[in-house]
Amino acid sequence: MSEPIIQLIDLTKKYDEFTAVDHLNLTVDKGEIFGLLGPNGAGKSTSILMMLGLTEPSSGEVYVCGINSTTNPIEVKTKVGYLPEDVGFYDDRTGLENLVYTAKLNGFSSKLAYEKAKELMSRVGLAEQINKKTGKYSKGMRQRLGLADVLIKDPEVIILDEPTSGIDPKGVQEFLNLIVELRNEHRISVLFSSHNLHQVQQVCNRVGIFVEGKLLAEGDIESLSRQLFTHGMYLIELGLNEKSLPHNETDDAIWLEKLLKPIEGVQKVMKSDGLFQVECSHDIAPAISKRIVEQGLGLNFLNRKEYGLDAIYNRYFEGG
Amino acid sequence: MFNSISQNLNPFWVIVNKEISDTVRSWRFLIMLGLIVLTCMGSLYTALDDFSKAIKTRDPEDTFFFLKLFTHTDGTLPSFIVFITFLGPLLGISMGFDSINSEQNKGTLSRILAQPIYRDFLLNAKFIAAIVVLSVLFFALSLLVLGFGLLFVGIPPTPEEFLRIVIFSVVSIVYVSFWLNLAILFSVKFKQAATSALAGISIWLFFSIFYSMIVNLIAKGLAPSVFVSERQMVAFQRFIQNIMRINPGQLFNDATTSLLMPTVRSLGPLTTEQMSGAIPSPLPLGQSLMLVWPQATALIAGTIVFFAITYQMFMRREIRSR
Repeated sequence: MSEPIIQLIDLTKKYDEFTAVDHLNLTVDKGEIFGLLGPNGAGKSTSILMMLGLTEPSSGEVYVCGINSTTNPIEVKTKVGYLPEDVGFYDDRTGLENLVYTAKLNGFSSKLAYEKAKELMSRVGLAEQINKKTGKYSKGMRQRLGLADVLIKDPEVIILDEPTSGIDPKGVQEFLNLIVELRNEHRISVLFSSHNLHQVQQVCNRVGIFVEGKLLAEGDIESLSRQLFTHGMYLIELGLNEKSLPHNETDDAIWLEKLLKPIEGVQKVMKSDGLFQVECSHDIAPAISKRIVEQGLGLNFLNRKEYGLDAIYNRYFEGG
Repeated sequence: MFNSISQNLNPFWVIVNKEISDTVRSWRFLIMLGLIVLTCMGSLYTALDDFSKAIKTRDPEDTFFFLKLFTHTDGTLPSFIVFITFLGPLLGISMGFDSINSEQNKGTLSRILAQPIYRDFLLNAKFIAAIVVLSVLFFALSLLVLGFGLLFVGIPPTPEEFLRIVIFSVVSIVYVSFWLNLAILFSVKFKQAATSALAGISIWLFFSIFYSMIVNLIAKGLAPSVFVSERQMVAFQRFIQNIMRINPGQLFNDATTSLLMPTVRSLGPLTTEQMSGAIPSPLPLGQSLMLVWPQATALIAGTIVFFAITYQMFMRREIRSR
């Protein structure tokens, strides 16, 4: 039984004529790591700002922990930790002072604030940098400090907006591991927004693909590919013996489609460069070859291609 | 109850604390402070140097010689109040011009506003922090001048003089916070700190240098001939003076003049008729206060108007990171 922790209902945000978020419906369940995957400018950040009450939706509602973010942002913000993209700290203060300030803003006493800040800084691997000014921190260190900053208020949900942008690959790996570990230790829900597919794939239980303000698909990676591959998850390329073709270029594909219709899972047949391309929902290569041989056609060539998430990503995000 | 408050400081005061410590540590505040202390000492020195001459004549003003420390000058350096009129705005602008946009540019604004605080806390806290620093500064300066005066002259100020000086300090704080609020308004309006600083400074320059020139031009153009009736002459003078009073520096000048020079009986033109029969004695404190009340109200009103505009712009704005 899952319990929703973030609920977006018909959420819309318009800037003049431009619609940044378009009737978005989304639910993030308690305890999961939800990945919001989308290219830059898809409206990810705008949706997140609306979850925190940092901007007002044009229409629709946002609930975080069952509280309306637009009307009660303060209550929401006691329960949500938000790590903005490219987080900033007061450069002339030390990492510890920055964290203590956040803790105090959350109503902690000075003593407790220092205790918690020190504990969290060593947890995220910044024990050495405790008294160093944040102006001298590297990008990766800043992001880790940001994570500590988010966790200091004991949140129920943390929202990470492109947290890995600008960190080197090793740093990204450490950061992602840290997120998963901290999630398990603190038993929190995570909303992870990113344009990087591989990172999302690595840490997220569930993913929502977000393009031009709309949620295209949502689910775990497997069901996601099922939803998205309406055009077929597999592509089978066939090379048929010239003699066995009916020899009128344009109708070849239709002819073959008719021929293969009886096989379950065939979705579309195209022809290009003398090769037939059969899109199918699951791996039916053996059935196709059997069918062709049964029909007495010469099979020269058969190649099976599988679409990964990469392919979907490219197809949807890069206009492919 | 008190214990719990002192242990868990309200987030508002947490921000105020941080802002105060930020301000007093910042180079630009130290530079402004140095500038103001230096000019204050300079004008105090010239005032004291020339003091024996200033109080020699036996006129009723003598009873208020302490106030002369603030207004008297031998001509080499302008008096203390002139310096405050001139440098106060610069102090206010320097304290406020980057209060919001620098947080935005550093990326700290969205992080701070993601904490459970009301959005206006940030704005109010920055304002209050600046006011606290300004109050300490101005009271310290006034008391310093008093102290030096005491050392060199050897006669303690009367309670009325002391009160006048305290009220003068309050008016100075209001005057500087007027400019402070204008600067905060620009810091919300303009994304670049440099733009908002320039906007503030150009308004300050306009009022402190060019405005009086423009008013003089208007006055020249509108001046009635020498043969008009006294009434018309007075009306004209009033008109010009009212235009001058759009300048906040002029308001401050009017206010401080009547506070620190009790012999000033009116800020507008007086006819000989009105003066006839008046006893040449200084005004009591209450009357001086009545005289400066419109000026003080105008300054406070301006401050509030700027604050309201800032508030309106900031409260419903979208807070993006960087």
